Amino acid sequence: MSRDKMLLRMELRSDPEMLCAVRGALSHLAERLGFPDEDGRAIVLAVDEAMTNIIRHSYGGQTERVIQAEIRSVTLDEDGLQGDALEIVLEDEGPAVDREKLCGRALEDVRPGGLGLHFIRKSMDKVEFRRRNDRNQLRLVKMLRKKEVQKGS
Amino acid sequence: MQIAERHLDKITIFDISGDIDLATSPQLRKAVLRELKELRMPRVVLNLKAVRYIDSSGVASLVEGLKASRDVGSRFVLFGLNTTVREVLQLSKLVRIFEIYESEEQAVAT
Repeated sequence: MSRDKMLLRMELRSDPEMLCAVRGALSHLAERLGFPDEDGRAIVLAVDEAMTNIIRHSYGGQTERVIQAEIRSVTLDEDGLQGDALEIVLEDEGPAVDREKLCGRALEDVRPGGLGLHFIRKSMDKVEFRRRNDRNQLRLVKMLRKKEVQKGS
Repeated sequence: MQIAERHLDKITIFDISGDIDLATSPQLRKAVLRELKELRMPRVVLNLKAVRYIDSSGVASLVEGLKASRDVGSRFVLFGLNTTVREVLQLSKLVRIFEIYESEEQAVAT
């Protein structure tokens, strides 16, 4: 991948029906960039969960608000992460996220809900929340591990 | 997502296909809870072979089904988990709490 290259910019309605379109786009993109299938599925899951959180919590289920997504290929050298990566930044215009609620919950507590943030953190190499210009910004990074080529193929 | 319903003696089998996400999981939740809480079916079986994707809202619906089955003394059984579904359940660390089988024959056997 080349250095800091914008790949895709999307402006989406905060409608759950849009999630499948985003998953499809990301899945194809991850494959084209050479991510192993497992990592491609992880990227799709993380972004789906992040958008679900925005729709449910930031916009309270309103379906006509705007979610902006920017996807870049980047070359990183920060906090122990070096090399080519996919960077996804999601932005919403909802109220400031309560950081106390970003801790997730204990998985031993078997009950529905609260898994989304756990999925995002487990799926990505870096997850950052920021409040900038009255918007919530979520930055997700997945380092590129090239697919292993099988011997004899 | 599409849900088809079959009955085999006192077992309800849901054949689910497509994606289970924020848009579709309420439909799954409603169908499962109806069988368990209203109709009191002794066993509800979910065929997940044709599920391409599941997210945390889908997992939450499965957990609700499991809890409802425990409340009414029924069994809530899953089978046909593909790689995608299995990965997400493993990530949730909830895979061990569900009754999971490879095939329909095993899922409906007593």
